[in-house]
Amino acid sequence: MSDVVLQQYLAVGAILFVIGLIGFMTRRNLIVLFLSTEVMFQGVAINFVAFSRYYAGLDGQVFVIFLLVIAAAEASLALGLIVLLFRRRLTLDVDAWRELKG
Amino acid sequence: MMLGQAGFPMGAVLFYGFALGAGLSAMGVALSRNIVRQAVCLLFALASVAGLYYLLGCEFLAAVQLVVYAGGTLILIVFGVMLTSSELSAKFVPRRGEVMVALGIGAVLLMGLIVGLCAAAGSGAFGDAPLALDRDYPVDRLGLAMLGDYLAPFEVVSVLLLVVMIGAAYLAKARRKGQGVQG
Repeated sequence: MSDVVLQQYLAVGAILFVIGLIGFMTRRNLIVLFLSTEVMFQGVAINFVAFSRYYAGLDGQVFVIFLLVIAAAEASLALGLIVLLFRRRLTLDVDAWRELKG
Repeated sequence: MMLGQAGFPMGAVLFYGFALGAGLSAMGVALSRNIVRQAVCLLFALASVAGLYYLLGCEFLAAVQLVVYAGGTLILIVFGVMLTSSELSAKFVPRRGEVMVALGIGAVLLMGLIVGLCAAAGSGAFGDAPLALDRDYPVDRLGLAMLGDYLAPFEVVSVLLLVVMIGAAYLAKARRKGQGVQG
């Protein structure tokens, strides 16, 4: 019944990914960088689910479930690390950790 | 799907609503200056994406998205924000050069994706694609797939969870020790 076709979902995914990318490159707060990666994840996941429906298979959906698990694991570790770094330098600025560039 | 009988394009209206909600919330995450507001924007973006999953007929994924992301990850983020006092972090202003570079790369990438999408749609690569919405996917098929075809990644992910748990415990321990040394 739906007038909505695959390309529209892919376009939404692309827009979310690009917005997340711009946020990731412009902001300098560690937590905001993390939030931007979550937005990029969502853009990718929409693509997976839309293609999964398009090809009438389960591959994309299973992949998105794994993606959710990995994002949750990443969130717990990343926020733990951010809190740890904040205790060291009392700032969330990425520039405070410039020496990690090597 | 069962929505949208009698000619009213309910599915399309809901799709555009959720898509607009997701896009605007994502822009709120990328542009807002207040970190609590950004976390709330992320919540709305995740909920909108869950709505899109529902429109695609993946009810289970929509529920998992709401429970794991909106219920779990976002709580973690809010805790992170509270543990790192926000007034110290409010003053970062992005540099003009960085903004220009990011906008340039973002515009080029978006243009490339949209042009590629339009070209693929114009050449008929996607067909007219009614998105196979008439077939529904009950949860048991998903579960069977995870324990059948996708057993190996399933096991790998369980090992990953164990590793993350050990890592998180180690981080918490190191933090306590570090505090003791500093204080």
